[in-house]
Amino acid sequence: MNLALSGNAAVAYAMHQINPHVVAVYPITPQTVAMERFADYVADGDVDTELIMADSEHSAMSCCIGASLAGARVMTSTASAGLALMWEVLYVAASNRCPIVMNVMNRALSAPINIHCDHSDAMGARDSSWIQLHAENVQEAYDNIIQAIRIAEHENVRLPVMTNMDGFTLSHATERLTVLENKQVQDFIGDFTALYPLLDVENPVTYGPLDLYDYYFEHKRQQVEAMELAPDVIVKVGEEYGSLSGRPYTKIVPFMMDDADIAVIVLGSTAGTARVAVKAMREKGVKVGMIKIRMFRPFPVEELKKSLKGVKAIMVMDRSDSYGAFGGPVFSEIRSVMQKEDTDIINYIYGLGGRDIRQDQIEQAITETAQIAKTGKVKTYVNYLGVR
Amino acid sequence: MKEKGWKECLWGGLIVDAGNSVLYKTGDWRSEKPIRDTEKCTDCLQCWIVCPDAAIKVKDGKIVEIDYDYCKGCGICANVCPFDAIEMESEGEA
Repeated sequence: MNLALSGNAAVAYAMHQINPHVVAVYPITPQTVAMERFADYVADGDVDTELIMADSEHSAMSCCIGASLAGARVMTSTASAGLALMWEVLYVAASNRCPIVMNVMNRALSAPINIHCDHSDAMGARDSSWIQLHAENVQEAYDNIIQAIRIAEHENVRLPVMTNMDGFTLSHATERLTVLENKQVQDFIGDFTALYPLLDVENPVTYGPLDLYDYYFEHKRQQVEAMELAPDVIVKVGEEYGSLSGRPYTKIVPFMMDDADIAVIVLGSTAGTARVAVKAMREKGVKVGMIKIRMFRPFPVEELKKSLKGVKAIMVMDRSDSYGAFGGPVFSEIRSVMQKEDTDIINYIYGLGGRDIRQDQIEQAITETAQIAKTGKVKTYVNYLGVR
Repeated sequence: MKEKGWKECLWGGLIVDAGNSVLYKTGDWRSEKPIRDTEKCTDCLQCWIVCPDAAIKVKDGKIVEIDYDYCKGCGICANVCPFDAIEMESEGEA
């Protein structure tokens, strides 16, 4: 079935089809509308969900953790400062292996106050042991949310999943998307199996005990293992979702990379603009390709290594900065991936606070990168695209 | 207690066996050890009342021993004793 939905409406639609046991939320722009829509489904009796209106995002995530440990399938949604306020408990969710699925409408962090898109919020949470998927458009955002349930709850993973989509660019844009039938979604996600639920009074368990130098390290090592096992699950779930919907999903999406001399690396909605720019530059004779990263955590090291092999120069687009570091977060990752290669890698920080990124700006950056590929001379490794 | 590797533990420090604190011999923490003088002791049981670790073992109204597996050496027993029947001795010397 085809529907015209805003990103927010699509999130609520996916959540109502999933029909989670518990949703705990606190409103924040630009995801408030998603939760308003979901609250409508609750009020209309279309879902069985216990909807908890928490008094902050810290409380919302804490409610989610409690409900998850009690034995429920749990979802929530946030953005920006809301995600930042959850920071402490994001780690508690991941460390207690709560398979919570949270949609994040990526938005800049204050100050100065700004409600528009960048990736500062998600990148701030990149080390919290949450799996991160990024969507290019509303269709992908909808599809990611449904797959995230299966990924989070898989016995080899059992980690929370953050499905990211660009605030306003996607949350408030109405796009046509193809949705599954409710029954198809229910069959795909299956019943929730609670492992060691607190409400199983016949088998009492203790969560979150004091864990000092004698065992904390072992429990962190287990999270590393879960992250290492996650990619296979993400690929299998993506394939299965593909045979159900006709839209298969992988870790990265290379485009025109087979004979490319230079590569553009991008996350989120900018991938759409970058694809058009890459096509235009191909017509001008520049051998450029691009890679959209869908799975940012765990980071798809081997796939990127393979896809970037033999490329002469790489331009990495970061929609957030890591102040004082050598470039943005995606740039750092790509440089680590390419540590053994003699490839020039440059960084373009762009779009902070929702600053538009235009096709001609990406084309200009491609032209500069092509020049580096030709001459081997790099003027500045970290560049700011679209700042005055 | 043998310490387990990461492949053998349940995740997140999850505890599924109730009443397991008995496995953790907190007596290891002690730096001072209470020594009871049985001649001065009148079995008034003030120490038994205040001991936070239930390390004063009593049978038929009489103290039988101090359980050094769990006594952390806090010294509250020596402090409360009205007959100065409990002395704290450094673990190095005791």
